[in-house]
Amino acid sequence: MFWTYFLILIATFVLATFYGRSRALQVSNAQAVKLHSRPGYHGGFLAIVTVIPALLLLLAWVIVAPNILNNIVISESADYLSGLSKPEVEAFLRDARAIAFGGIVGFTDAGKEHAAELFASLSRTSNILIGVALAALVAAGFVFGSRAIVPSMRARHFVERSVMVALIVCSAVAIFTTVGIVLSLIFESLRFFQQVPVLDFVFGTHWSPQSAFIGAGAEQTGTNPEVFGAIPLLVGTMLITFIAIMVAAPIGLLSAIYLSDYATKTVRSVAKPVLEILAGIPTVVYGFFAALVVAPFIRGWGESIGLSVSSESALAAGVVMGIMIIPFVSSLSDDVINAVPQSLRDGSAGLGATKSETIRRVVLPAALPGIVSALILAISRAIGETMIVVMAAGLAANMTINPLEAVTTVTVQIVTLLVGDQEFDSAKTLAAFALGLLLFCITLALNVFALRVVKKYREQYD
Amino acid sequence: MAMEMTAGTVQTQNMTGALPLAEDGVPIKMQAQKVNVHYGEKQALYGVDLDVRKNNVTALIGPSGCGKSTFLRCLNRMNDTIDICRVGGNILLDNEDIYDQRIDVVELRARVGMVFQKPNPFPKSIFENVAYGPRIHGLAQSKAELDEIVATSLQKAGLFEEVKDRLDEPGTGLSGGQQQRLCIARAIAVSPEVILMDEPCSALDPIATAKVEELIDELRENYTIVIVTHSMQQAARVSQRTAFFHLGYLVEEGKTNDIFTNPKDQRTQDYITGRFG
Repeated sequence: MFWTYFLILIATFVLATFYGRSRALQVSNAQAVKLHSRPGYHGGFLAIVTVIPALLLLLAWVIVAPNILNNIVISESADYLSGLSKPEVEAFLRDARAIAFGGIVGFTDAGKEHAAELFASLSRTSNILIGVALAALVAAGFVFGSRAIVPSMRARHFVERSVMVALIVCSAVAIFTTVGIVLSLIFESLRFFQQVPVLDFVFGTHWSPQSAFIGAGAEQTGTNPEVFGAIPLLVGTMLITFIAIMVAAPIGLLSAIYLSDYATKTVRSVAKPVLEILAGIPTVVYGFFAALVVAPFIRGWGESIGLSVSSESALAAGVVMGIMIIPFVSSLSDDVINAVPQSLRDGSAGLGATKSETIRRVVLPAALPGIVSALILAISRAIGETMIVVMAAGLAANMTINPLEAVTTVTVQIVTLLVGDQEFDSAKTLAAFALGLLLFCITLALNVFALRVVKKYREQYD
Repeated sequence: MAMEMTAGTVQTQNMTGALPLAEDGVPIKMQAQKVNVHYGEKQALYGVDLDVRKNNVTALIGPSGCGKSTFLRCLNRMNDTIDICRVGGNILLDNEDIYDQRIDVVELRARVGMVFQKPNPFPKSIFENVAYGPRIHGLAQSKAELDEIVATSLQKAGLFEEVKDRLDEPGTGLSGGQQQRLCIARAIAVSPEVILMDEPCSALDPIATAKVEELIDELRENYTIVIVTHSMQQAARVSQRTAFFHLGYLVEEGKTNDIFTNPKDQRTQDYITGRFG
């Protein structure tokens, strides 16, 4: 029923637009110049006034109505539901709805049949009621709107403002989603910090949440805060990120310089998309590559010169992650290097500088803020990356800066804490949220830092 | 002066004697012979012959798209940076063809400097802007020598008094006129023999323009200058020779005074009296 009403409203919108236009022409005696706003704006005005309130009501109804129906049915079938637990009531309602509206029914009985009839009749009533309400709103809006159409009416302002409101609503959705995610992280983390002190978590050097519980079975009551030290994870994350940046920064930056200043148009038009394909490879595929090609290679190489290399090493994960973020660095740097005005290059060339002198002394310094932000974006990306590390660097929370040993990262531990069936009230599971919060804080700090760098060194070109 | 002791200048002084003389006895610094320029399929210049006299200001005038900037950019091979651009004919600097295989374009541009239409200071300090050229060409052996070059260049560009207390501030923070004079100082700092100016005053207000024009007149003593301008008054004020371009052809060249008072060609007559362009 929702879709029917929705389509009718959309059709009404279109019709109202046309009617508004012709109405505007009519009140101005077909002389559009006499109107304050062009006829199209009058059409838009009438359509918005007519349809948008009804559309909002329809949305509210579709969200609220099922709950109201459920509540009515529950209170009406109290005889059948007495003594049932909450999940059983829910199953009852599900079956009743399935009988009434079609669907897979578990089993039927008199109570469900009764409830189904109730559902059917209630939803008929509700559909009719909402239909009448919608029609009334549309009619009221239409009458009001078409009366308001006079030559001096400022329809353009109204439409422009409505567009702005629509844009604000969309950005608000994005912002509130972010806020919601952060809040959920914070609340779950707070529950974790009730069991494990913040300082033990942030500065602890031992991580093994599997051994978190004191006691056994149903009696497990206490949590051992000693084993939730995040430092080994942070060290692992930093180590892998560092290796990745050591790989990606020079390769990405130099290829960006080649692409922007040396490559011919043909090479550029082929090489740039190919480089960007790297960004399109699923990280899981990079993971295979790291675990099956790079890690054994590094181990073999290490052993041949007499080093002990674990088969899952930070080096393997870091190198592959570096390859993964090359396109970020190169593509973004290429953009900022291209944004350095040609006039600066000409000026330098006009003084007898060679191409590489121009690039080193004029172009790169001018593009530096952008390059820094590209690098930091790549770092945030590397810190948040999971799959490669899961497959190539292992799960052992070693606190080491030796790139040949297995390490683990924050993201990998979040995955291992949440994989499988978990209860959401143990410290072990909640630790994942605290780790997520920690990670969020780190990347946020990095981004803020990057923005400050960019702001400080930004040059104004005009 | 310290900066005139550099290798390039010495070489020029040796060769001055060998320069060909124009009919009025002035040595010819640069000579264009039958210069054709194509941008892809489109021809921009047709057989341009032009002598640039030493220690003169030569003004190139003509309506937009007539090829005067293209010609200017041929003189220090700035057109090389444009892929589709082909240059035919000969351009001689001190009797040497600058399009010859053996010529190093980097050295050429150090000898034939360029000032652009829009001031384009590098995003560096005022000092670093001027020191840029001397640094890349290794003109200064010590910090003191570099300071000296920067100071003399700024003085010659008439900017020193205005900026001497803030040489560390960014060059981009100066006013438009100051920026353009900074760019001229930057060009002077590598002690070029020829300075090419592509409408150097088109982005400046009248007062800044007057200062730059005054400067051009002073620079004539030490440098050979070629200037592209849209303003015929400017050409009349600053130049000794004027060349009028039209639709890719060099229509007429002569003493500035003659061109403006007694043009030989009808097109020049029409242009300078404002009938087109």
